[in-house]
Amino acid sequence: MQNQGAAGNSVGIVVPQRFQAGDDFPLQCDEVLHGFAMVYETYGTLNAAGSNAVLICHALSGNHHAAGYHSEEDDKPGWWDACIGPGKAVDTNRFFVVAPNNLGGCHGSTGPGAVNPETGAAYGPAFPTVTVKDWVRSQALLADHLGIRRFAAVVGGSLGGMQAMQWAIDLPERVGAAVLIACAARLSAQNIAFNEIARQAITSDPQYQNGRYRSTGSKPNSGVGLARMIGHVTYLSDHGMGRKFGRELKSGDIKAARDVEFQVESYLRHQARTFSQRFDANTYLLMTRALDFFDPAEDFGGDLVVALRQASADFLVLSFSTDWRFSASRSKEIVDALIAARKNLVSANIESEHGHDSFLMPLPRYVSVFKAYMERLAERAEQEAADAP
Amino acid sequence: MRPDLSIIADLIKPGARVLDLGCGEGELLAHLQAHKRVNGYGLDVDADNITICVRKGVNVIEQDLDAGLTNFPDDSFDMVVMTETLQSVRQPAQMLNEMLRIGQECIVTFPNFAHWRSRAHLLCNGRMPMARHLPHNWHDTPNIHLCTLKDFERLAQDMGLRIIQRFVAGADHRGHPLMSLMPNLFGAIAFYRLGRPSAA
Repeated sequence: MQNQGAAGNSVGIVVPQRFQAGDDFPLQCDEVLHGFAMVYETYGTLNAAGSNAVLICHALSGNHHAAGYHSEEDDKPGWWDACIGPGKAVDTNRFFVVAPNNLGGCHGSTGPGAVNPETGAAYGPAFPTVTVKDWVRSQALLADHLGIRRFAAVVGGSLGGMQAMQWAIDLPERVGAAVLIACAARLSAQNIAFNEIARQAITSDPQYQNGRYRSTGSKPNSGVGLARMIGHVTYLSDHGMGRKFGRELKSGDIKAARDVEFQVESYLRHQARTFSQRFDANTYLLMTRALDFFDPAEDFGGDLVVALRQASADFLVLSFSTDWRFSASRSKEIVDALIAARKNLVSANIESEHGHDSFLMPLPRYVSVFKAYMERLAERAEQEAADAP
Repeated sequence: MRPDLSIIADLIKPGARVLDLGCGEGELLAHLQAHKRVNGYGLDVDADNITICVRKGVNVIEQDLDAGLTNFPDDSFDMVVMTETLQSVRQPAQMLNEMLRIGQECIVTFPNFAHWRSRAHLLCNGRMPMARHLPHNWHDTPNIHLCTLKDFERLAQDMGLRIIQRFVAGADHRGHPLMSLMPNLFGAIAFYRLGRPSAA
């Protein structure tokens, strides 16, 4: 089947690229990576002044494939194709979009599946802990490589929004605007609890083999699948699930209580199956840890206002009414800190029944305010390019 | 620009920090940003208004005024503005207190219920007044706390607020000599610039 790659609102066929950092890269956990690879995709064209670059940071299970298709036959576009493309919220006719796969990932960037040069074997569970701050520094090296001194915007949803926030705090001179969607300033105990349940699901799978499943030829698919199921429930809302699945049966006879399978069960099992095929168990553990540890206020005596005072970026903060993973009140904490830090700020809470997953969807009001904001940034970038000597 | 907003804009010093409560389409802040290097935020709850503000490059925060303003620190603005919104908030007195906690001064405007047209409407028709500046039916009006100039000044007095300036204008937001003579009868829209109680 031919995909819509040729249609006017897609970036079309894209080819992932690879950046190799040669120097030692010290991590926050005091361990050192002796160089690393980072795969990424780009869409659009960097202008001569280098003023129109946008960095897209991915969430827990995302990767560098944010938009477009990998081949004519590819039936699924990148994870944020709803918002990235010609004429879309992140308009690739105006912006040069960079979408990397984070360090520790399992889609080409150096991660647990990579070979540790010190041992000659795959890192596996020994891959060092990486943090959002590490990601920001590694993405900055990619920006250097691409000749991007300053991003017009660093954009992300969920864990991606956390990276955008950290960028604005750690490298203020390199961020024009930070777009934080469905995100939080740090995880709550409940958030960490859900992550821990997901991790337990993986590590207690006999196939996990203490993380050495690659060398033993096993694969903890059931653990990863279960972790995904738990995560997935937290990404949807009760109401949204009710609307989508209700109590519909996929099969069986509920009166006789025989072979009953509800639609929602079938859906979750499908999600578990497909996810466990494409995602690495050790990477999942690592990504959830990065989420748990994220706390940009920590370096500033626990005061988020002081942390955000470091930033010189403008901020867009968007939340969704039925998101309970990172609820609107978590976004409001960020907004209030930004007010106290006197930052330029736009915030909106979007009515949606799709829970946390809303940020991936082309919801009209969401897209309209996001697009309006990005258009202002595009105008600014074009003005900067026109003013450049 | 809307004439009432230009009256307000004239009262704001260049470079001031301004908070606009119920900022609508952001016209006032956009004007102040462009002409007076003013920095500030607008608050609104209407989705379309927020997008229009974004297009204008105005800092807009989606926030329901009735849910409180506790997220704004004391003394964080030079001027807090509220145009024709006070009459629709749940607790106008508390709102005024909050505005003067957050800002050094505030400007409020509201429709004057004692305008002669309203009085005549009620007297002659025996029905709730409707006019250009009061366009809603009694059952669907957002205006739950309508008042007159006298009512407002009584409240300000009771709260010990300083009235620094007062203007009145017609429903077209323009002035007229009769209005300064008998503001409570001929003024359709009231403008007050208020300060905190003087430390006595």
